Amino acid sequence: MTLFIGSLHLGLIYGLMALGISITFRILKTPDLTTDGSFTLGTAISASLAILGMPGYGILFAILCGGLAGAVTGLLQTKLNIHPILSGILTMSGLYSVNLYILGARSNVSLLGSEHLFSQAAALFPHINRNFVRLWVAFLLCAACFSVLTWFFRTHLGLCIRATGDNDDMVRASSIDVDRMRIIAVALSNACVGFSGAVAAQYQGFADIGGGVGMMVVGLASVIIGEMFFGHRSVTLGFLSAVCGSVVYRLIIALALKSDFFPAYALKLVSALIVVTALSLPAVRDRLRVFGLKREALRRKTLNQEALGEGELRADDR
Amino acid sequence: MLTIDKAQKTFQRGTPGERIALDRLSLNLKRGEFLTIIGSNGAGKSTLFNAITGAFLLDGGSIVLAGTDITWMPPHKRAFTIGYLFQDPMKGTAPGMSVEENLALAYSRRKAWPLRIGVSKKDSALFRERLARLDMGLEDRVKTKVGLLSGGQRQALALLMSTVGEPHLLLLDEHTAALDPAAAERIMRVTCGVIENQRLTAMMITHNIQQALHFGSRTIMLEEGRIIVDIAGEERKKMTVPRLLELYSRRSRKELDNDRILLEGSGVPPSEFEV
Ligand SMILES: Nc1ncnc2c1ncn2[C@@H]1O[C@H](COP(=O)(O)OP(=O)(O)OP(=O)(O)O)[C@@H](O)[C@H]1O
Ligand SMILES: [Mg+2]
Repeated sequence: MTLFIGSLHLGLIYGLMALGISITFRILKTPDLTTDGSFTLGTAISASLAILGMPGYGILFAILCGGLAGAVTGLLQTKLNIHPILSGILTMSGLYSVNLYILGARSNVSLLGSEHLFSQAAALFPHINRNFVRLWVAFLLCAACFSVLTWFFRTHLGLCIRATGDNDDMVRASSIDVDRMRIIAVALSNACVGFSGAVAAQYQGFADIGGGVGMMVVGLASVIIGEMFFGHRSVTLGFLSAVCGSVVYRLIIALALKSDFFPAYALKLVSALIVVTALSLPAVRDRLRVFGLKREALRRKTLNQEALGEGELRADDR
Repeated sequence: MLTIDKAQKTFQRGTPGERIALDRLSLNLKRGEFLTIIGSNGAGKSTLFNAITGAFLLDGGSIVLAGTDITWMPPHKRAFTIGYLFQDPMKGTAPGMSVEENLALAYSRRKAWPLRIGVSKKDSALFRERLARLDMGLEDRVKTKVGLLSGGQRQALALLMSTVGEPHLLLLDEHTAALDPAAAERIMRVTCGVIENQRLTAMMITHNIQQALHFGSRTIMLEEGRIIVDIAGEERKKMTVPRLLELYSRRSRKELDNDRILLEGSGVPPSEFEV
């Protein structure tokens, strides 16, 4: 039960990040590597401000700065014409120094003894089970983010961003400013990622400079797992998939760790494998189909030859 | 409505592949005029359109549309007043979005607040009405993803999208070339209907000379980035395909050579020799 609730907590918190990833990966259709950096940025800002006694502002600023980091990547991608993948890597790399600076040149800080979102909520409802309160906090944050994004992508601006990812040619010939759309989308995505990092830091009670490593892959895995349930036929379903995928991902990981299926340090490798498997499915399916067709054709050919051979035999008989 | 003055564009300047795509081309289009454009492959027809939409900037010359000099305006700003239809039906619409979402993108572009809801009830009703006018059954499929429509349906939708914002100028670049004959004819009919109804100023590139003479009110022929034939009114009514072809062979290379001879002989500035 604790295993289940714990996974639910983490799933919802990291679900915020999965939401962000699905914006770049599914709507903009350009994977963004800023994620690893902006996640850590979120944790660093959130933890530092929580230690100063401002956990709420910590989360707010983490969202803003995440968005800012995303905007930088967006600017590199569009105005400076740097390859999207490289743009993300550049920002992520630069953020490492920024994050260290925010953490006061330490590789990690602890929130032990400081107020934070979850302790405040628990204090507010002292009679309710602590895990339950945490669940509600995580759920509400995730639901709020989900609702805002769902609404946003139905506004005119949201439609423009979707069109940018869907058909660049068309948007270029229209009155929509493609560059601006890309920048806004990447910024929005990283604002979600920063949000996720901020909540995660306060949930776990610490921020670590390496906390964001591989987060992009984790997010991708969540998005892809989620799509097995709901698909991404519409934007709303895509977001729902992302959050559910994140929860399922955490459950799988928790179960695997508990059953000693693999050690904790293998986590990132497993995530990477999940993503590779899911992304390669279409290619593998095609290969198998071609292989099947080939075998079928060969079988038919031998059958024909046999029939022909029998025919000859019969002719000999006569 | 549209005044192009000595537009000049050279691709890959200074390389062996240098190519003069627009050669001091001047063109004046009156309000409500429907111009058809013909010319061989590589004559510069698409380049002329790209210059107008702002896909690249001119090396020289100017473009004025509806009283505004748009020579240096970025493409997305020009798009407010220019509708552009591609040859490829896949290019003019967003396949992953629904019919009404596509229309909403094109339609609400001039209203200001970007965070209003994308497809309002009122818009939706308007779109249905406009789609019904196309008579292709699209009005019942407003929620369908555009990727699931046929090429002809997509092109019809793209046409509606490029005209719903009442542009000053409509550019059609062989917009029926990728369709089967029946669909092409239907789209052509719809196109003429829209142009007439909204009294649009339009330019249409086509490879079909018959079509070029049949539709519209004026026809020009491009060759090597310049206008070598420009006919309208009575002259155009009397024009036939063979006569136009004859005109073409008479004026294309020879004209160019004559110009060169004249230029080299007299030292007169080239701009004096517009066709
Ligand atoms: N972006 C570009 N870079 C280099 N050369 C170009 C570019 N665009 C066009 N050209 C060249 O300019 C010339 C005119 O091309 P354009 O596309 O305008 O021809 P067109 O009249 O539209 O021909 P078609 O009937 O084949 O569509 C061609 O020689 C072409 O190779
Ligand atoms: Mg062309």
